[in-house]
Amino acid sequence: MAFTVSIQTQDFDVSQELAALRAGDARVGAVCSFLGTVRERNDGSAVASMELEHYPGMTEKSIAVMMDEAQKRFDIYAARVIHRVGLLHPEDQIVFVAVTSAHRGESFKACEFLMDYLKTQAPFWKKEVTPEGARWVDARVSDDQALARWGIEASNSAAK
Amino acid sequence: MNVNLKYFASIREAIGQGGESLNTQATTLKALREELIARGGAYAGALAQGRAVRMALNQNLCDESAVLSEGCEVAFFPPVTGG
Repeated sequence: MAFTVSIQTQDFDVSQELAALRAGDARVGAVCSFLGTVRERNDGSAVASMELEHYPGMTEKSIAVMMDEAQKRFDIYAARVIHRVGLLHPEDQIVFVAVTSAHRGESFKACEFLMDYLKTQAPFWKKEVTPEGARWVDARVSDDQALARWGIEASNSAAK
Repeated sequence: MNVNLKYFASIREAIGQGGESLNTQATTLKALREELIARGGAYAGALAQGRAVRMALNQNLCDESAVLSEGCEVAFFPPVTGG
């Protein structure tokens, strides 16, 4: 299945995705994945729903770049990234990253690397609906710091 | 030269449109941003120097020194918040 990315409004089935990612590849001895879901609270407010916007074209391009980078850094066989856009509600699945490798260490690291990269480099924006009204979610310094651990400097959350 | 502008998220909302075509004398992202700020109103507010504005040239994140070319695509948006 190699390295693929999907940006979509519809939900996805994690079991099917994991099965497809390693199907036909008997080199694989480890599959690591991350699933991000919508929390009912963020920054002290109840979240009724959120709208996810993205930059079609650049989104896919930026994720392809990060997958290339992951292949250079880690001994991995395949990776899958799915990110939903549009209207989402608490408990909904938002983002899925899965990676295969011979042994667990490489796929654990690659999975975390891909998520850290996506958080500050892929053009997605969340707008939450709360009891106080709708608001755009702020970028977090901690996400830039997470990417810095991999030797990549990010200033996504910088004040200007 | 002609450039294709795109606006996203809070900047798109403030400006009131997702994009536009522009004929400009600007040669860098910095000069283009200043030209848009000079329009005043919502443009001045959304793109003001000192605000957290990220820029992409032909779908790659760039800083203000990036050089424009005929027909290029330039996007202005706030810090990203996916994942």
